[in-house]
Amino acid sequence: MGLFKDLISIKDLTREEIDHVLVTADAMEPLAASGSDMLKGKILASLFFEPSTRTRLSFEAAMLKLGGSVISITEPRVSSVEKGENLADTIRVVENYADVIVLRHPLEGAARLAAEFSSVPIINAGSGAEEHPTQALLDLFTIFKNKGDIDGLNIALMGDLRYGRTVHSLAYALSNYAVNLYLVSPRLLRMRREIVEDISGKIKVEELEDVEEILPELDVLYVTRIQKERFPDLEEYEKVKGSYKVDLNLLSKAREDLILLHPLPRVGEIAPEVDSTRHAKYFQQTRFGLITRMAILALVLGAVD
Amino acid sequence: MPEELLRVSKIKKGTVIDHITHGYALDILKILGITGRESSGVITIAINVPSKKYGIKDIVKVEGRELKAEEVDKIALLAPHATINIIRNYKVVEKQRVKLPAVIRGIVKCANPSCISNSGEPIQPTFYVEREEPLRLRCHYCGRIMEREDVMRRF
Repeated sequence: MGLFKDLISIKDLTREEIDHVLVTADAMEPLAASGSDMLKGKILASLFFEPSTRTRLSFEAAMLKLGGSVISITEPRVSSVEKGENLADTIRVVENYADVIVLRHPLEGAARLAAEFSSVPIINAGSGAEEHPTQALLDLFTIFKNKGDIDGLNIALMGDLRYGRTVHSLAYALSNYAVNLYLVSPRLLRMRREIVEDISGKIKVEELEDVEEILPELDVLYVTRIQKERFPDLEEYEKVKGSYKVDLNLLSKAREDLILLHPLPRVGEIAPEVDSTRHAKYFQQTRFGLITRMAILALVLGAVD
Repeated sequence: MPEELLRVSKIKKGTVIDHITHGYALDILKILGITGRESSGVITIAINVPSKKYGIKDIVKVEGRELKAEEVDKIALLAPHATINIIRNYKVVEKQRVKLPAVIRGIVKCANPSCISNSGEPIQPTFYVEREEPLRLRCHYCGRIMEREDVMRRF
């Protein structure tokens, strides 16, 4: 057994445990190129009850890089789930075939329930609008690799903070560090009150609508997609969508060493002209995602301490 | 007949719920499933009763019905200081203070429609009591906070 059995919520991890994941990922970085047989003979089951491309590919690639094998349900419509099987039963079947289960599910709390029924580790790859802990860890790893430290940074999360699960997990993760956190969003898409209450007891949190007020101070700007379909009033959407576009003009007011992150996919929040600037780290973030997930698999399967 | 006896007359058999947090008497009736259209049994509701301990309190008396443990737990959600007196032959035969445990299971469902605990899985809804008054529960599964109004809507 590794550092932790399951990875359900970023809230379950202490700062020491998060740091340990980052240090492990750093040490494993060369293996992303060379490969390893660290997890030879181990099987990962990826159960994705919601569409995903990059998270599923990233986990499967991480397992293959470490010499393990992958089995998967990618079409819940043709699986037993469509026949009405509950998640608890699915898990109690699949645990017999696999050494670790990676689960994405549309309902909140699904991964926690799965862990209660599973004898093998469960890794939450996204549950409803609630949590996406491995994304938060890879976001932290990207910040750590670029800045050398997380403490002391000014970090802004911008876009859809209400429904975006990546920003929920990331906000909780960052609350373990001595950061100044800015939450930039239109009023309708502000972060859920309980999350703001939970984290503002631990770190300095400021909510605002206009990123330009704080842009010159920022070390990290994390942008998420604003989902048009969430707006009850399309006029409201039209009003805010332009104000969240990151382009060269906006970045001219930022610090030279500002890093720009995005969980992807993007649909216009970051202009393509930004891709070639030194600020753009969102494709590097994807590579660090692979490395972070290699570390997480090695940790939960006890292949590294 | 003295005035105070009229107001809180004794019952022969049943339950007296005393020290209900002021303002919650009608909610207590609701969670006990008492509609006011019952065909028998006197139900007495006293609101704004002076109380040495709490200033004012509410009292509910239900004739002919002894509350079950599960019902007592539900009362604890809304009125954590309440006392339950079981009455037989005009005498209190059992007196207990309600107590809200740190973890509550199976009494109330999560208010979040997207919570896995609402989707027919073989589990009991489970909540952590983060604060008794005003009530604040956190769902074990989805982490959503439920306050008093959310809990009331589930009954």
